[in-house]
Amino acid sequence: MAQVTLRTVVKKYGALQVVHGIDLDIDDSEFVVLVGPSGCGKSTTLRMIAGLEPISGGEIVIGDRVVNDLPPRHRNISMVFQNYALYPHMTVRENLGFSLKIAKRAQGEIDRAVDEAAEILSLTEYLDRKPGALSGGQRQRVAMGRAIVRHPDVFLFDEPLSNLDAKLRTQMRTEIKKLHQKVKSTIVYVTHDQVEAMTLADRIVIMRDGHIEQIGTPLEVFEAPTNTFVATFIGSPPMNLLEGRVAQDAVALANGITVPVPEAFRAHVTDGQEVILGVRADNLMPVGHAMPMEGAHAAFDMTVNLSEPLGTETLLFATLAGEEVQAKMLNPRPVASGEQLRFQLDLTRCHLFDAQSRQSLR
Amino acid sequence: MTRPRLPAWFVLLLPAFIVLAAVVLIPLLLSLYSSFTSYRLTRPETLYNWIGTFNYEKAVQSAHFWSAFGRTVLLLTIALNLEMLLGLGLALLVNQVTYGQRLLRTIMMFPMMFSPLLVGFQFKFIFNDNVGLVNNALQSLGLTNVAIPWLVDGQLAFISILVAEMWSSTSVFAILILAGLFAVPRDPIEAAKVDGCTPWQSFRHITLPYIMPFIYIALAIRSLDVARAYDIVQIMTNGGPARRTELIWTLIGRTGYVDAKMGYANAMGYISIFLAIAFTIYFFRKLNAARAELGMGG
Ligand SMILES: Nc1ncnc2c1ncn2[C@@H]1O[C@H](COP(=O)(O)OP(=O)(O)OP(=O)(O)O)[C@@H](O)[C@H]1O
Ligand SMILES: [Mg+2]
Repeated sequence: MAQVTLRTVVKKYGALQVVHGIDLDIDDSEFVVLVGPSGCGKSTTLRMIAGLEPISGGEIVIGDRVVNDLPPRHRNISMVFQNYALYPHMTVRENLGFSLKIAKRAQGEIDRAVDEAAEILSLTEYLDRKPGALSGGQRQRVAMGRAIVRHPDVFLFDEPLSNLDAKLRTQMRTEIKKLHQKVKSTIVYVTHDQVEAMTLADRIVIMRDGHIEQIGTPLEVFEAPTNTFVATFIGSPPMNLLEGRVAQDAVALANGITVPVPEAFRAHVTDGQEVILGVRADNLMPVGHAMPMEGAHAAFDMTVNLSEPLGTETLLFATLAGEEVQAKMLNPRPVASGEQLRFQLDLTRCHLFDAQSRQSLR
Repeated sequence: MTRPRLPAWFVLLLPAFIVLAAVVLIPLLLSLYSSFTSYRLTRPETLYNWIGTFNYEKAVQSAHFWSAFGRTVLLLTIALNLEMLLGLGLALLVNQVTYGQRLLRTIMMFPMMFSPLLVGFQFKFIFNDNVGLVNNALQSLGLTNVAIPWLVDGQLAFISILVAEMWSSTSVFAILILAGLFAVPRDPIEAAKVDGCTPWQSFRHITLPYIMPFIYIALAIRSLDVARAYDIVQIMTNGGPARRTELIWTLIGRTGYVDAKMGYANAMGYISIFLAIAFTIYFFRKLNAARAELGMGG
């Protein structure tokens, strides 16, 4: 049980700076997920919290202690590594009990903790095997088990599910969520899979190039992205971005198409301003195949270039104002390439970004 | 007309077999045979004088043989252990160095490049009681004013030989263990740190099991070397004075060539080969066990 605080934490490798003074406050028993594209500094940040990587500047506080100069063993954390990092010469039982053995706990207590963890993770029948004789998913669970036997203040997970197949990944995701509800420890979880981030997190931290782009609950970052990067990174398919210019409470897109400025942005734009209109596929649907749109909406014709049936819905690729956009069709029917359809755009759910700074105008 | 044809693989391998037989097998068989005769170099006709196991019985009953045998085992045990510890320490130190490690590794291999003869002469000079470096140094520092008889006193001579052996071969351990350290993956070490290990505990529980196979390989190689120890001792003390530093192979060498009792020498040689084989089997067993530990297949 502990808060984790990062204050202008910097990481440099020689002259190369990879983390640029990030600030982050993580509450006690909060589940925080770090997401971002490959190489943005997620692992580095996690490893700095763990104490495996010295920090080049700033301050890290765990609980009420500044841990900048504390080695990992004094931070009371557990970490699950991306590639398991099991001890190959120890059995599953020894792997699970290793930290307790090092902490010189009584053998009875170690046995109980190991059995309990093995029970939770369905590892009981593998306890006497070595990691070499386990499947990827089983190794993954051992790595998880090794972390939970200790009841640490903070769990650190570095892409723990990235090596699993889709089915096992979904299953383990649920296990992790359950685990968190049960042990109530603080969790910092790194992934580059935004579905994992959305489903697991209390709060999501979106990183890019060593900077934090936005911190918020899954709904906040989905519904109110602060810039175009977050807008396109969170949500699938990525948000459509269309360049335009504000003119008399409307956004003039290319090819003479205009869309009224969404209500929420009215007060924040001026005539002649260059903007980017952000539209999610979920809010752009063919008439008759759309969610009911009660608020303000716009409608226009588009030619469908390609359709991808997904079962309950079909993803449509169409051209709007000279740009390819993605739209969704509910209760789908077969759509031929080149077919012209009338589309409805839900204005209450549109976003406007400044074209220069690419920041949200809200 | 058809002749029976030999299989192609047999024909192809035949030259290799013949060469191997000529080079390895024939001298081996010859020496084995001669160990059952009273063969003396000075009287070639004695090669046909079959005396059964007489030479073996004589060796087994000889106090000289057993004291040389015992001394060899002692040298082997002490030298291997010390070299292993020193080599491990050296490898760990060099592994820590980031700048100039390449140079250090090269320097570390220097002693291996020296011929054992050279090492023998070098240490014969270093430990010489009159002009040797050690005595000079000790006397200049005022620690002693007598000329310590390093190569004359039995125990001191043993220590001197040990030092020479270690100087020339610790680097075998250091290099092999360093190779092992390079092969230790970083992840389990980091996991151990997070699991609460001190640096010593990480070494003891994670690094050491990883480098154990390398240590056993080095031990196996070196046990063969030391069991054959001849040149350094030959040069430094010639097994003397008065057999005080006699090892199996100096004893055998003298018996065979100086006393010219080739048959007897060969018999002792065959007995002591078992010593080497025993050590090698022992270390290979350990090696396989250590590898199986790591799940590398046994
Ligand atoms: N030891 C190092 N020396 C120099 N640069 C490094 C080192 N380790 C990492 N980096 C750089 O730091 C940046 C961040 O790396 P990091 O491993 O934190 O990325 P990540 O967000 O975890 O990416 P991924 O999703 O691919 O795991 C990368 O650009 C990487 O090249
Ligand atoms: Mg990473």
